[in-house]
Amino acid sequence: MTHDDARATFIEELVKVAPDLDPEEIGDHDHIQDDLQLDSMDVLNLVTALHTRFGIEIPEADYEQIATPALAAAYLVAHTAKLAGEPAHPIS
Amino acid sequence: MGVFQMPSLGADMEAGTLVEWLVKPGDTVHRGDIVAVVETQKGAIEVEIFEDGVVQSLDADLGTKLPVGARLATIGAAGEVAPTAAPPPAPTERPPVTAEPDQPLPPEAPPAPSVTDAGASPAARKLAAERAIDLSGIVGSGPDGAVMLKDLAPAKPEAPKAPKSARPLGAMVEMRKAIAAAMQRSKREIPHFQLSQLVDVQHAMDWLADHNADRPPSERLLLGALFMKAAARAAADVREMNGHYKESGFVPASRVNLGVAVALRGGGLIAPAIPQADTLSLDQLMAAMKDLVARARAMRLRSSELTSGTITVSSLGEKGADTMAGIIFPPQVALLAIGAPKLRPWVVDRDIVARHVVSFTLSADHRVSDGRQATRFLSAVDTYLQEPEAL
Repeated sequence: MTHDDARATFIEELVKVAPDLDPEEIGDHDHIQDDLQLDSMDVLNLVTALHTRFGIEIPEADYEQIATPALAAAYLVAHTAKLAGEPAHPIS
Repeated sequence: MGVFQMPSLGADMEAGTLVEWLVKPGDTVHRGDIVAVVETQKGAIEVEIFEDGVVQSLDADLGTKLPVGARLATIGAAGEVAPTAAPPPAPTERPPVTAEPDQPLPPEAPPAPSVTDAGASPAARKLAAERAIDLSGIVGSGPDGAVMLKDLAPAKPEAPKAPKSARPLGAMVEMRKAIAAAMQRSKREIPHFQLSQLVDVQHAMDWLADHNADRPPSERLLLGALFMKAAARAAADVREMNGHYKESGFVPASRVNLGVAVALRGGGLIAPAIPQADTLSLDQLMAAMKDLVARARAMRLRSSELTSGTITVSSLGEKGADTMAGIIFPPQVALLAIGAPKLRPWVVDRDIVARHVVSFTLSADHRVSDGRQATRFLSAVDTYLQEPEAL
């Protein structure tokens, strides 16, 4: 999965949790709680949706690593690769 | 034979608009069944029936705004013969011209805006609801002066895009009115007093982190679930905090139906209740909270959830301010406001250590209780939170 794919899927699930957000207006470094006003229930729903989508059980200790679209895309790429047994950054 | 009436879904409600029937004549209904959907200031509410029987007739038309107490349907005992036509109710407002009886409105449907004598096209009506425009002040370009979409839209074609919202502006304006009515009544009638207590929640947070560590996201608990359970048990312990204040005075409740203040994205809040929250396990309570928050945000709650609360909890969440002193929801007599957990210096066994602490503030009704009972309540919350494994 590419960074762009991961970002797009993350934004898709984020907007399902908070339908008033405009996907076009979400910045790469917007913090989902501080900037986009998700509460802890929203965050749990987002993590649950990402688990269903990617099969990754994001532990609570990792929540800060998915706190912005940029961070989340990197996290999802790395962990889906790990899940598939591939290196996260293939050597070219 | 019984009459199913427009229910009062809160002290501030005067009327509602019938938008959907979920039963038809001849259907058997049981106490607790959802039989209709009514649009109110608090969104589309699924209305339950409180008797068993058979629907004899539906006596109100869809799209009609009706006062609280108006006859909606006639319910007979099983086998009872349907009476001759029931008297039609007197509508408080004539139904929108375009009411579509067979097309149930979606839950996010805007409330029907006021209609001019000449009427308005459906598209114009929808836009007017979204922008909270009063159509009665507009003479349109349609037949007989009917307001058409082009009469509303043109002013500024390249106007900045309105903020995207899950709810139309009109619905938010209505909810703000509902909050204003309930809170003004509370401040007018209830002699509030407030007590606060700082509670060391570090052990509860550590326990929760352990508990959640090996669970998939769908089975994790939030700290808020522990707070709700502790509050519900404290309410069961201190009867002066749990019940309703009526004309005859305070009526304590035999169960704890825990109102949970749910903030809606874009503004406003609503406080539906979780029945008998003190008897639920943490997992059950968490599931109930998830369900309630999802339906509150979709503006799809049940009538009993809006009227059965016996005490309310309002939490600022994990990123909020330190302390809040809340306003009691009448006819309840207490509200527990919970600040955000903050890492603070705290004294444990005469040593200063860093602990997460939370400020719990109880607003109580001085007609019913004094500082002594409020102190007991806050002490009980503290005690329960020191033993999260026993919650």
